[in-house]
Formats: sequence, structure tokens, C-alpha cells
Amino acid sequence: MIHFLMKRLLSIIPVLLGISLLLFFMLRMLPGDPAQVLAGQMASPEDVRIIRIQMGLDQPLYIQYGVFLKRLVHLDLGVSARTQNPVIQEIWARLPNTILLALCAITLACLFGIPAGVVAAIRPYSWIDYLVTLASLFGISMPVFWLGLMLMIVFSITLQWLPAGGIGTWKHLVLPSITLASFVVAFIARMTRSCMLEVLSQDYVTTARSKGLKEKVIIVKHALKNALIPIITVVGLQFGLLLGGAVLTETVFAWPGLGRLIVDSILARDYAMIQGSILIFGLLYTLVNLLVDMTYAFVDPRVRYD
Amino acid sequence: MTDRKNVDTDQNSGDNTVSGSRGWAKLKRNRAALAGGILLLIYLLCALGAPVLFRGDPSAPDLMNSLSPPSGAYFLGTDELGRSILGRILYGARVSLLIAVGVVGVGLVIGVPVGLVSGYYGGKTDFIIQRFTDMMLAFPGFLLALALVAILGVGLKNTVISIGISMIPLYIRLVRGCVLTVKEEVYVEAARACGTRDLNIIRHHILPNVLAPIIIQTSLGMGTAILFAAGLGFLGIGVQPPTPEWGSMLGSARAYMMGKPHVATFPGIAIFLAVLSFNLLGDGLRDAFDPRSRI
Repeated sequence: MIHFLMKRLLSIIPVLLGISLLLFFMLRMLPGDPAQVLAGQMASPEDVRIIRIQMGLDQPLYIQYGVFLKRLVHLDLGVSARTQNPVIQEIWARLPNTILLALCAITLACLFGIPAGVVAAIRPYSWIDYLVTLASLFGISMPVFWLGLMLMIVFSITLQWLPAGGIGTWKHLVLPSITLASFVVAFIARMTRSCMLEVLSQDYVTTARSKGLKEKVIIVKHALKNALIPIITVVGLQFGLLLGGAVLTETVFAWPGLGRLIVDSILARDYAMIQGSILIFGLLYTLVNLLVDMTYAFVDPRVRYD
Repeated sequence: MTDRKNVDTDQNSGDNTVSGSRGWAKLKRNRAALAGGILLLIYLLCALGAPVLFRGDPSAPDLMNSLSPPSGAYFLGTDELGRSILGRILYGARVSLLIAVGVVGVGLVIGVPVGLVSGYYGGKTDFIIQRFTDMMLAFPGFLLALALVAILGVGLKNTVISIGISMIPLYIRLVRGCVLTVKEEVYVEAARACGTRDLNIIRHHILPNVLAPIIIQTSLGMGTAILFAAGLGFLGIGVQPPTPEWGSMLGSARAYMMGKPHVATFPGIAIFLAVLSFNLLGDGLRDAFDPRSRI
């Protein structure tokens, strides 16, 4: 098991290097001179030259990348042009809020998506199956930011049950979590249905039925347990969607998370912050995928020996 | 945000696909796909017939009628600048269609050939292409598009390029997965034994046999493109006003939601129906032509 975990941990190093490489070159693709952007339009050529030397932009690209990596290892992501604070400090302040929102959303999505998929699979091509399929399609097709606005109109403005935005109590979490979960729940329900249908047609399920086991036991202990691996994969993959959705949801509900920080940074053309936030998002996504892989090993011991 | 929902395509192999006539027969029987097709037809009619369906300039302000509720004069009401919401939705359909076609075009033009080469030649070429794809897939699609917009700048062209680039790895993976299976088929081996050049084998034997999953992904990708573009527009970093774009319409409607909910309601319904039409059709196509890849 330790060998498996070490192997998986080491395998994320090239991915992280890839992310850093991509971000590094993306930033070098910026139109114009980054030193000029940082110095401002009014700066003299001498000021721009000094900033260029300070930023190491006069060095060859591979040296610049080496310096970038070295700073990255020390979690030095630069200083925000907008707030003048270290980027990492701003990110640490926002990251827990995004993780909290994402965890609530994914929990909510699993709580509704898995049972919905199981019920649809137990009665395939029945009205409940069609209902789940249709609801899933609606969920996938609905823009999260619009759903957020509609929920806000109903629950915050009309009924005044829940706050329209901000952070503080559990009530502030309800609408953003539902909004963010709406999309993911659809995928989880579809995947669960599909996997359960496949597992329910296996010989061991027929054997369990012929032994006279209760249907509930067959569904939960025999079928669902064996259908879990692809479901876990989808949950993990959807985490990436959640991060994308978080950018929009956080903007709708004025949730002070990393997603909103990215949008504010883009609007202010704060490149150090954009680079830092996207890097952390990429890192988060990679770590979640790693966690998913490790979960496989717990759910299905065969994976450890592959 | 529909994103990388169809990435796991190493299983999406050519031998799972259903023959043309059987597939079409199955598609015709699928009521959901039929509904998707009808919705898509309405959407296309709105997009292409916007100048006929709405006479006047959808971007011309009329401050005397700002934020009017739906009425006989303004079927869906007006926005904060007194512009007809119906007119802007109809013209917005043109913009979203243009984006969807452009985005999928970028994905197809770059992703399909690269995927074909990667899958057909294998070896080092495949390794390098796949590592690059891995790198791009390490970012959630919408975030990648967001990062690219931050670099390229806002506007219609850059929105198309950014979302298009974020879709390229999906096509590469999809096509490569299919090619890996198709290239082992006897007819490809026979063509190779006859001395047919690689380019001709790819063009005449491999490409036609991996078309079904590409068409399915194209339909689903168009829905995704509309959602992504609307998301960027909503954040204020996509298509810029006064161009009528559904996402930016929703973005500016947020300030008036309190008393005038109609301003935010109708553009959202338009996005939802357009995306739904592509998803229903894409799902139907998948059920008909590539049933094993369905989730």
C-alpha cells in the first residue's frame, strides 16, 4: 500500500512541472512588455529597464523558468499589483472559503445524485428513470450563474428566507452550495445509473437473488459497492467542474473565495495574482485526482497490485 | 459548466459504433433527440432570421422606456437602457451560434489532425502530444479559457480562441482513443500491405471510421461553448457590450434584479434552451451511434 501511495505521489511531480511550464509560457505570451505593464504608462525608459532587470526579464527564458520554479518551491508567487500584498497571502485568505463551498456542493451532489441514479437503475425505462434522466439533462444545460440569480430572486428577494450574498453563517452557504451542486449532481446521477445497470446484470447479482437475499442488501452490498469505482472517478473529475463553477457562483453570491479573486484580478489585469490563483487551482485539481486514485485502493484492493 | 465530460474516450473505440442506417433509425425513434432537434431548429431560425423577426437596432438605447416589463409593445420587456430584450435575445442567438461554431471549429481543426497523428504513429510523437494534452487537462476547462482570456484580452474573437483552445485536448484524446482501435482493423492492415501511404490511410480508412464520436462530441461541445461564452460574458470578460450576448445581458441585469426580475430571467432561459437542444441531440446521437460510451 505504501509503495502504491509513494508511486502515485511521485507521479504528480511531472504534472506539476507541466502546469508551471504552461503558466510560465502563457504569461510570457502577454501582449507588450511585462516590465512596462508593471511600471505603468508614465514610467521613464530607465524605470522600465530597472524593473526589467529586477524581474529578471533580461535573462534567457530557461534561466527565467528556473528562477520561477525556485520561487515557486518557496511559495513566492510575487506581489499583487492591485493590493500590494504578497499573492500567496491573499490566496491563503481566500482558499478555505472556496474549499468549504466546493466540499458542501460535492456532498450535496453525492447525497442527491447517487440515490437518484440508484433508483433510476432499479427501475430502468420507468417514469422515475425518465424523470432522473431529464432532470440530469436540465442540470447539465442550465447556466449555474443564472440558476444562482433565480434562486436569489425566489429565496432572498421574494421569500427573504436566505441571504443573497456574503459569508458568515450556515445560511450564507445554502444558495451557493445548491447552485454549485446543481451541475455536478446531474453527472453523478447519470454515472451511478449507468454503472448500476451494468453491475445489476452481472452473474453474482443473479446468484445473490437466487440465494433469496433481500433486494436492499443486493442493491447496497453487492451492486452499489461494485459500482463505486467509476462513481468515485466521476466525483473526482467533477471537482474540476466545481472549481470552474466556483468562479461564477462566487461572483453571483459575492462569496470571498479564490474564484472571485481570479475574476477581480483579471478585471484589474493583476497578472501575478492571476498566475498564482490559477496555479493553486491547478494544484488543487491535481491533488483531488490523486486523492481519488488513493480512494480506489481503499475501495478496491485489486487496484493496489496493478 | 459542461466540460470534460467525454474525455474518457480510450473506450470510445470505433468498434462500439453502430452502422449508419441502424443508427439513423434509432435516432429517429428517440423522442428526446427529436425534441432536441426541434429546439435546435428554432434556435437556428432565431439566429439566422433575427433581422426579419426583429426590425430595428437591438443595441440602440431608448432611455424613456428603460426597464419596462413585458407588454404588447415589448414582448419580453426592456433592459436598463430601454433596449428590447426580445431583440437582443434574437441577435444574441446569432452571436452565440457564431461562438459555438468558431469554438468547435478551433477544436476540430487542431484537435482532430493532432489526435489522428498521435494515435496513428504512436511512439515518441504520441508521448509528446499526450504529455502536452495532460498539461492542458490539468486545468479545468473553464479556468483554462479564463486564463487565456486574461492573456489575450476580452472580445468576441478572443472569446472564441480561448474557449476553442481549451477544447483542443478533448478532441485530441477522443480521436486518439478511437484511432488506437481502428488502426488495428484488418482493412487498415490490408491498405498498409498494398503500400498505401500513411496520409491516405489516415484520410480514407481511419478518419471515416472515427467520425461518429467526433460528431457526437461536436454537438455536445457546441452546448459547452455557449455555456462557457455566456459565463465569460457574465463575468464581463467575454463579448463586450453593446454587442448583444446572452451572458453579458445577464451580467448587467444583476443590478436590476431586485425590482425587475424579467431582465435576468429571459436571457437565462435562452441560454438554457440553446444548450439543452445541443445536449439532447448529442445524447441522442450517442445513444444511436456510440451507445457504449454513454454515461
